[in-house]
Amino acid sequence: MTLEQYAQLSNYAIASATVVVGIAFVAHLAEWGFAFRPERRTAAVSTEASEGATLVADRDDETPDRSTVLASVATSVTWLGAVILVVGIVTRGLAAQRVPWGNMYEFAATGTAIALVVFLVMTKVWDIEWLGVVVTGFSLVLLGIGFSVYVPAGPLVPALHSYWLVIHVAAVMIAGSLFLISAGASALYLVTERAERRGTVGPVLGRLPRSGAMDRLAFRFTAIGFPMWTFGALIAGPIWAYYAWSRYWGWDPKEVWALITWVVYAVYLHARVTAGWKGRRAAIICLVGFMTFLFSFYGVNLIFGGSLHTYAK
Amino acid sequence: MSPDKASQPERAKTSHDAPALNGREMLRWTWRQLTSMRTALFLLMLLAIAAVPGSIVPQRGVDARAVERYLADHPDLGPWLDRLGFFSVFTSPWFSAIYLLLMVSLVGCIVPRTVVYAKALRARPPKAPRNFARMPASDEFETDATPDEVVAAARQVLRRSRIDVVDTSTEGSETRELRAETGYLRELGNLVFHVSIVVVLVGVAVGALFSYRGSAIVTQGDSFSNTLTQYDEFASGALFDADELPQFSLDLTRMIARFQTEGTQRGAPKLFRASGTYERDGRTRPFEIEVNHPLQVGDTGVFLVGQGYAPVLKITDARGNVVFDDAVPFLPNDGTYTSTGVVKVPDAQPEQLGFQGFFLPTAVSTGDEEASVSAFPGAANPLIGMFVFHGDLGLDDGVPQSVFVLDKSRLTQYEGRNGKPFRVSLSPGQEQALPGGGTIEFVDLKLFARFQIASTPLLRVPLVGTSIGVLGLLLSLFVRPRRTWVRTRRVGSRTVVEVAALDRVPRDDLPDELQELVDRIRRALPGHEEKTS
Repeated sequence: MTLEQYAQLSNYAIASATVVVGIAFVAHLAEWGFAFRPERRTAAVSTEASEGATLVADRDDETPDRSTVLASVATSVTWLGAVILVVGIVTRGLAAQRVPWGNMYEFAATGTAIALVVFLVMTKVWDIEWLGVVVTGFSLVLLGIGFSVYVPAGPLVPALHSYWLVIHVAAVMIAGSLFLISAGASALYLVTERAERRGTVGPVLGRLPRSGAMDRLAFRFTAIGFPMWTFGALIAGPIWAYYAWSRYWGWDPKEVWALITWVVYAVYLHARVTAGWKGRRAAIICLVGFMTFLFSFYGVNLIFGGSLHTYAK
Repeated sequence: MSPDKASQPERAKTSHDAPALNGREMLRWTWRQLTSMRTALFLLMLLAIAAVPGSIVPQRGVDARAVERYLADHPDLGPWLDRLGFFSVFTSPWFSAIYLLLMVSLVGCIVPRTVVYAKALRARPPKAPRNFARMPASDEFETDATPDEVVAAARQVLRRSRIDVVDTSTEGSETRELRAETGYLRELGNLVFHVSIVVVLVGVAVGALFSYRGSAIVTQGDSFSNTLTQYDEFASGALFDADELPQFSLDLTRMIARFQTEGTQRGAPKLFRASGTYERDGRTRPFEIEVNHPLQVGDTGVFLVGQGYAPVLKITDARGNVVFDDAVPFLPNDGTYTSTGVVKVPDAQPEQLGFQGFFLPTAVSTGDEEASVSAFPGAANPLIGMFVFHGDLGLDDGVPQSVFVLDKSRLTQYEGRNGKPFRVSLSPGQEQALPGGGTIEFVDLKLFARFQIASTPLLRVPLVGTSIGVLGLLLSLFVRPRRTWVRTRRVGSRTVVEVAALDRVPRDDLPDELQELVDRIRRALPGHEEKTS
């Protein structure tokens, strides 16, 4: 195949992957939607089942309910979307003849692929399939951001000719994927914890684990993501900045926001073990951290034209 | 400041505060408040928020010209922001106050915790609790092995822990107690991480004091020697002595600038390379500098941060003397290398001459009356267009002038026959007569390189510091401190074995792991018996 054909294939694949992930997202939404209507799911739902917490445990009937079917459909479709996305990224790399993360568009596509693969692999290790709706939803947002800064496949400017591009950007993307999952868990934690406090855990939230498990999961992913971010943004980044711009730290807006993200996640890790800060406040800090990450990825390039990191266009 | 609340010293000691505070107690109270985790959290949040304006408003240390533009664009808001230090956030008193307080809080946390940790390192594992059932995970089984055999098996299984075995036998009952503790590296990693933050910040600050950086434009064929006069811009840290500039020089023999010639990225940069030789300590060596590949001369790095065109111009005055023959760097303004430049000819007679105009690497005419534009950054059809001035260049005032700005206050512009300003328009090899007599010739086209020359002493301190810090961070996040107890009691010919474990950082898989531990102890017992409990 010629480079143009690879480029075209990549565009088709990434667009298709977006549609497929969209379908997975809708399937997850439907899964929750059907959970709203317990009377349809099996014939005999007693009134005391509306207490919520007992409801899921009672669902072990012979025919699985629609929500469960939809959940496994959604996971399978997410696998499909991830595979197509990976194809799109690999062909993009072949078309440009370099690593496929040389600009914002590629960064968004590759970052989403990493997030999806990390999530799907982790579903085999831990029981985290319930996070699917958040992960697919955010993937759509990230891919949408990517399309808004699309550039055709092409070679890199000399400023990006460095193997630190591979190391720095890959580390930052992996950290971002982990932060995405921890943010999803924290968001659902806030909802579930509130319902548990008020005793209003309905059929939808009843499908999810207890808030304590979500909190631990958010911590685990942040605990892996934080050292990765430290390495990617505060070690590999400055090393490359020294070679490219003659200084390892220059308060470029991207650098400032990378530091802000680091500080907010540092607050999260400390907050989680401090009385009065653990639980709800820690979860909110985790979400703030993810927002600062998104801002350092996208907002900085969008708003601050003066940043040295604007390679998108 | 650690994810480990069990050993926070500031909380352990709050009980004996006197109700009325005298001066000393007030100080202690303030110190405790400052070094408390709550304050640290608050300060960290404040640091994150305080950094935000530094990314929104241009910063003097990053781009002083952007600050001037901002002040001109915002005549009302600008001066106020300036007074509040918003244009140099990261050196402003309020930002400095936050991070200095954080540093104090950090040190105030590290020191007592190091003492506590040093004690913990020497301490023996704690006694077993009386009631194992109250522990997060516990189990019990019976075996034919003797208490000593059980304890030996447990010791073998818990190999990596610190272990004490105590004979707690009383009259009539033979008992042994095994106390094990593991995960000391967690707190070590935690301390290492926080100490390395201090080391990194101190290293950055001290390095900055002795650092220098500057930029210089060197035209192909010219040379640069590392002395202050050769710099176009120069800045240095407070403790840097300009006499201590390391001695070296370099000759730029070749400068390459290549651009994409086809595809959607036509005109995008492809390759910039400056090559030549450099001399240091009497030895001459070749160099090749590209973006991302600086030349390192001792502590000093030479970085290629820009490039452009330097047409060689030859100017004769009205008396026929060659008064100028040199390459003139034109600074690029955009991606097509539409460049602007100035020529000053103080030796021209009878009057001094000044030229101001543009250089286009690939000139394309857009119409008869329209000015040409540059269509491509490569030099496919070079063109110089300049206006000519005569009079006094103002070079004798003693006030230093930029070589890129023409002071026109005492200059008069030449006009052409049609009454419009006279324009020089030259391609390489062409010559043009000047209105006041004399000629200007576009002899040759050269490239220039803009080098950033920077020295950052102690460069490795922050690098090594952050790397060790991350290793410490990993230990502090993933090492699991755990206490395990095994109690054995002889009952008749059998031995009752109780096992309990406690995680200092609670985890939900502890019961499973305890079960696994019990299984491994049983397998390690002589006879390797089946489960009997």
